[in-house]
Amino acid sequence: MENVTDTIAAVATAMSSSGIGIIRISGSEAIEVADRIFRSRREDFCLADAKTHTIHYGMVYDGEEALDEVLAMVMRGPHSYTAEDTVEINCHGGVLVMKRILETVIRNGARPAEPGEFTKRAFLNGRMDLSQAEAVIDVINSRSEYAMRSSVSQLSGSLSRKVKKLREDILYQIAFIESALDDPEHISLDGYEEKLNGLLAPMVEELEKLLRSADNGKLLSEGIKTVILGKPNAGKSSLMNVLVGEERAIVTDIAGTTRDTLEEQIRLRGISLNIIDTAGIRETEDRVEQIGVSRARAAANEADLIIYVVDGSRPLDENDRMIIELIRDRKAIVLLNKSDLEMRVSEEELAELTGGKTVLSVSAREETGIDCLEQEIEKLFYEGNLDFNDEILITNVRHKTALEQALASLRMVQTGIADQMPEDFLTIDLMDAYRQLGTIIGEAVEDDLVNEIFSKFCMGK
Amino acid sequence: MKCLEESYDVVVVGAGHAGCEAALACARLGLETIVFTVSVDSIALMPCNPNVGGSSKGHLVRELDALGGEMGKNIDATFIQSKMLNESKGPAVHSLRAQADKQEYSRHMRRTLENTDHLTIRQAEVSELIVEDHCIKGVKTFSGAVYHAKAVVLATGTYLRARCIYGEVSNATGPNGLQAANHLTDSLIANGVEMFRFKTGTPARVDKRSIDFSKMEEQFGDERVVPFSFSTDPESIQKDQVSCWLTYTNEETHQIIRDNLDRSPLFSGAIEGTGPRYCPSIEDKVVKFPDKSRHQVFVEPEGLYTNEMYLGGMSSSLPEDVQYAMYRTVPGLEHVKIVRNAYAIEYDCINSRQLKSSLEFKAIHGLFSGGQFNGSSGYEEAAVQGFMAGVNASMQVLGREPVILDRSQAYIGVLIDDLVTKENHEPYRMMTSRAEYRLLLRQDNADLRLRGIGHEIGLVSDEEYERVCQKEKDIEAEVDRLEHTTTGANERVQAFLRAHGSTELKTGATMAELLRRPELDYFMLAEIDPKRPELPHDTAEQVNINVKYEGYLKRQMQQVAQFKKLESKRLDPDFDYSTVNSLRIEAVQKLNLYKPVSIGQASRISGVSPADISVLLVHLEQLRHGGHSSHERKQES
Repeated sequence: MENVTDTIAAVATAMSSSGIGIIRISGSEAIEVADRIFRSRREDFCLADAKTHTIHYGMVYDGEEALDEVLAMVMRGPHSYTAEDTVEINCHGGVLVMKRILETVIRNGARPAEPGEFTKRAFLNGRMDLSQAEAVIDVINSRSEYAMRSSVSQLSGSLSRKVKKLREDILYQIAFIESALDDPEHISLDGYEEKLNGLLAPMVEELEKLLRSADNGKLLSEGIKTVILGKPNAGKSSLMNVLVGEERAIVTDIAGTTRDTLEEQIRLRGISLNIIDTAGIRETEDRVEQIGVSRARAAANEADLIIYVVDGSRPLDENDRMIIELIRDRKAIVLLNKSDLEMRVSEEELAELTGGKTVLSVSAREETGIDCLEQEIEKLFYEGNLDFNDEILITNVRHKTALEQALASLRMVQTGIADQMPEDFLTIDLMDAYRQLGTIIGEAVEDDLVNEIFSKFCMGK
Repeated sequence: MKCLEESYDVVVVGAGHAGCEAALACARLGLETIVFTVSVDSIALMPCNPNVGGSSKGHLVRELDALGGEMGKNIDATFIQSKMLNESKGPAVHSLRAQADKQEYSRHMRRTLENTDHLTIRQAEVSELIVEDHCIKGVKTFSGAVYHAKAVVLATGTYLRARCIYGEVSNATGPNGLQAANHLTDSLIANGVEMFRFKTGTPARVDKRSIDFSKMEEQFGDERVVPFSFSTDPESIQKDQVSCWLTYTNEETHQIIRDNLDRSPLFSGAIEGTGPRYCPSIEDKVVKFPDKSRHQVFVEPEGLYTNEMYLGGMSSSLPEDVQYAMYRTVPGLEHVKIVRNAYAIEYDCINSRQLKSSLEFKAIHGLFSGGQFNGSSGYEEAAVQGFMAGVNASMQVLGREPVILDRSQAYIGVLIDDLVTKENHEPYRMMTSRAEYRLLLRQDNADLRLRGIGHEIGLVSDEEYERVCQKEKDIEAEVDRLEHTTTGANERVQAFLRAHGSTELKTGATMAELLRRPELDYFMLAEIDPKRPELPHDTAEQVNINVKYEGYLKRQMQQVAQFKKLESKRLDPDFDYSTVNSLRIEAVQKLNLYKPVSIGQASRISGVSPADISVLLVHLEQLRHGGHSSHERKQES
C-alpha cells in the first residue's frame, strides 16, 4: 500500500450554495491536528478520547481568537471515507470563515489536499470496488483538464505575470550555472555568487509581497468568471450596479488592476459569480482607451460567461459587429437594454446576428427584466452548461503554500551563498523554487506524480 | 556457392569504444565472442578529440570502471595529461579528464582484446543480419561468410553509410578516411528498424612545428593525478605530463568565415544530417553568437610520438582553402600547416526508442546495440552503452535477468533512460544537469554505488568487492565517531578555530558540527582530533562529503525514495494500451510506441500527461484488486 500517511485537509462541500460547510481532515494525525484548534465546553475533553463516529459540539480557535461554533465528527480508520483517521468540522459556512478555519488547520499540521486526494486515498486504501474504479477513471478524464485550465485562467493576470517572470528569472540563473558546470573552461562562475545574491533580494521581496496580498485577499477569484461587454454607454455599469446592488452579500471586491476594469463578487440565487465590468469596446485613437479596450477583449477571452449589453435605443454599428464577432463561439447571453426607451433593434435581429444566442430585453435603469437574466444564468448553471469550479478556495490555499515554499527555497539559496556552498548546491534550491512556482501556473509536472496525477478532480464530498 | 560458416555465443559488430567494452564483457563472462571491425588497426580509435572524460563524461568512465569495464584502466595506462575539472565547485560536479596518447590508447586496448580468452577479433564488414521470426540468429559478412550467434551487439559508430564532407568535397568514407559500412543499413530497414541520419564534425590536425606557442597560454595538468580506475594504484601513474595550449579566434577569423558561408555544406544544404547543438562547428558559433568577439581554441597534442595537434573548438566543414585562411588568423597559428583537414561526417543511426532499457531491440529478440549507432555522441557515452549491451546480451544467453540501472543509481541509467524514453533529435551527450540526483551520483562514490552490481554480474573480483565493502564500513564507523566525539572549548581548539577564521566555541561541540562549518573540512580537523583512525584518502574524502553535505544528501535521498515508488509500479511491456478505456488517443499511441516498463518510465514520455498516468495507475490497481483489466472483462462479458 502507498505510504499516504501524511495529513491532508480541504473544504469538502461545494462553496456555492450550501449553508453549512465541512472541512475534512484525513491522515494519521487528523485527530491530533483537530484537537489543536477545537475546544469543547468541557475543559478536559479532547477528540483523541472520543469514540469513533461521534459528533462533538465546540468552538474552533485560531490561537486565542474564536473563529466559529462547530460540530466536529470523529471517524477512525478504516471506517471512514478514506479508510484513514478522519475529522470533519461542520461550520456555519461562509467563504471567509471556512477559509480561515482551513488555513488554521493547515498551520496546525495538515497540508492542503490536492484535488481529488481524498478519493485517491479511498481508492488506494481499498475502499472502492472495480466498478467504482472505472468511475474514478471517468472522473479523472472529465475533470483533469478542466480543473487545471480553469485554475490557471482564473489566476489574476498580474499574479500569473509575476510568477512567470520569477520563474523565467530563476530558470535563467539555473541554466547559467549548469552551463558553467558543464563547460568550466568556457564559462566562468567567478564572482557569480555575489551577483546571484544581488538578484535574489528583489525576488524574495516580490514573493513576500505576493504572500501579503494572498493574506489580504485571494489569488484566485472564486466564482464563475462573468464578463460584461458592450460599446460605451450601452448600460454596462448600470447593469453591474443593479446586479451588485440587489445582491446584499458581496463577498469581496477586488480593486481592479486598472481603473477601467471593475471586478465584483456576488451570489445570485446561490451561485457565485465573479463579475467583471469592462471598458466600452470601440475603435479609438486614444491610447488610454485602447488599453482599456484590449483588456476588455482579454477578459472576454478568459470568461466562463459573457453578458453582452446592447443599447436598443441606437441602431447596431461597427462596434457592435466587433463584439458579436468576439462572442461568436462563446457562452453568452445578449441583453437588449434600455427597453424603457424607443427600440431601434429587435430581439429577433440580434438572435439571428449572434447565431441563436439567448436575447433578453431589459432595462437596467428601471431594473426590469433582471429576473429573466438571473433565471437564465441559473438555468445554464444547473443544466451543466456553466462549470463552476469550487476547487478554487482550496486552490488558493495551495497556491499560498506553494508561494511560501518557493520563498523558503530562495531563502535557502541565500543561506547557501552565506555558507559559501558551491554553485551546484544552489541549483537544487533554485530548482525547488522554480517547481513550486510552476505548480501555481500549471507548468510543472512534479516528480511525485502520484500526487499530481489525481490532482485534477475533487470528489472530496 | 560454399561459404564459411561458424558459430559463436555473441557477435559484436564494431570495435570502437562501445564494441570493445561489449566484446570484453561477453568474453570475460565466459561466452564465445567474436568482434568484427572494418580495420583491426582502428580498434578503440579516437577519431575526434584526444581525451577521455570531462564534465559528466568522467562520471560515466568511473561508473563503467566500478562495474568492471575497461575504459578507465585503458586511459590510466595511456594518458599524457590529467586534470580534475570543477575542483572549486561541489563534489558532485568534480570531473576527471585526461588527454590520451591516441595511438597508445588504441594499441593498449587492442592488446587487451587480443589477450582476452574466448574473444576472437575478425576484420570484415558485416553486411546483413540473420533474423528468423523476430529472433536474431547471426550475421553475414560482405564476403558471404555466416556467423551464427545467440545474441548480436551492434556498435557500428559513425560508419554506417558514412560520408565525410568539407567544402564541395564529399567522400563516402568513415572517420579518418576508413572504409564505411554501406550495406548493413538496408538489412536493418528490411527488418523494420527505423533509421535516423545524424551528423558530427571534427577540427583540423596541424603540425606542431608550425605553431608559435609563445603566443598561447600554456595549460598544465594537475600536480597530483587521480586515476580513473578504482583498481589503479594512484602512485603508479604520477608521471611527467605534456601541456595543452589556449588561444583565441578574432574578428578577422569570423570575417573570413562569414565571407565563405555560401561555400559551407552546412549552410548550402549539402549536409542533411542533424548535428548536435552543444558541439557546434566554428561556423555555427560565428553565425549563432554574432556578439562574441572571440572563441576559445584549445591546442591539444594527439600523442607523444607524433607532431599532430588537435584544434579543439574549431571543428568545421568549410573548404580546405578557407580552413587554411581562418586557422592562420589565430594567434600562434599564423604559419600553421594542416596535416588533416577538418570535416563533417554524416552517418546512419537508429531511433533509440526502439530499444528496451536493456538495450535490446524491442522487436528483435537477441539483438542489442550501443554507442553512436544508438544516436549518442562521445567515446564515454558509447563505452558505457557498449558495456551494458554486452552485459545484457550475456545475461540473456546465460538465462539470467537483464541488468538495468535506474536514474537514481548511475549516470549510465540516466543516459539509457533518456535514450529509450525521450524524443532524441540530435546526437545525445551526457550532462550533469540531466541527472536529477546528481548529488548522490558522484564520480568519487561510483565504486560504492556500483561495485556490488559489477560483482553480481561477474566482472568485479571478490577481492575488489570486499575492498569496497570494507570501505563502506570504515566510512560509516568514522561518520558515527565524528557525530559522537565532543571537543571542549579549550585553548588548543580555540586557537585552531581562530587560525582558520572560524568562530570560537562557547561550549563543547561535536567534530561533525565543526566539520559542517563552511570554512573547515575533515582534513583540517585532524589537528584537533587526536583519536582519529588512519584511513585511506578516498575513504576520508567520503567521510568529509557525507558529513559536510548531510542535509542536501538526505533531501535527495528522499526524492529518490519518491522516484523509486513510481519505478516499482511495473507495466507489462507487451501490453496493448488501446484496450484501456479512457486513455487519450495521443497517450495510447505514445505508450504503444515506447512500451514503458514502469509507471515512472511512462511518466517521462513526452505526450503522456499526468491524467493519463492516473488512468494507468487506476488500471494497475484494478489488476491488483480484481485480477482483471477492463479489456479482459469486456471480452468475458
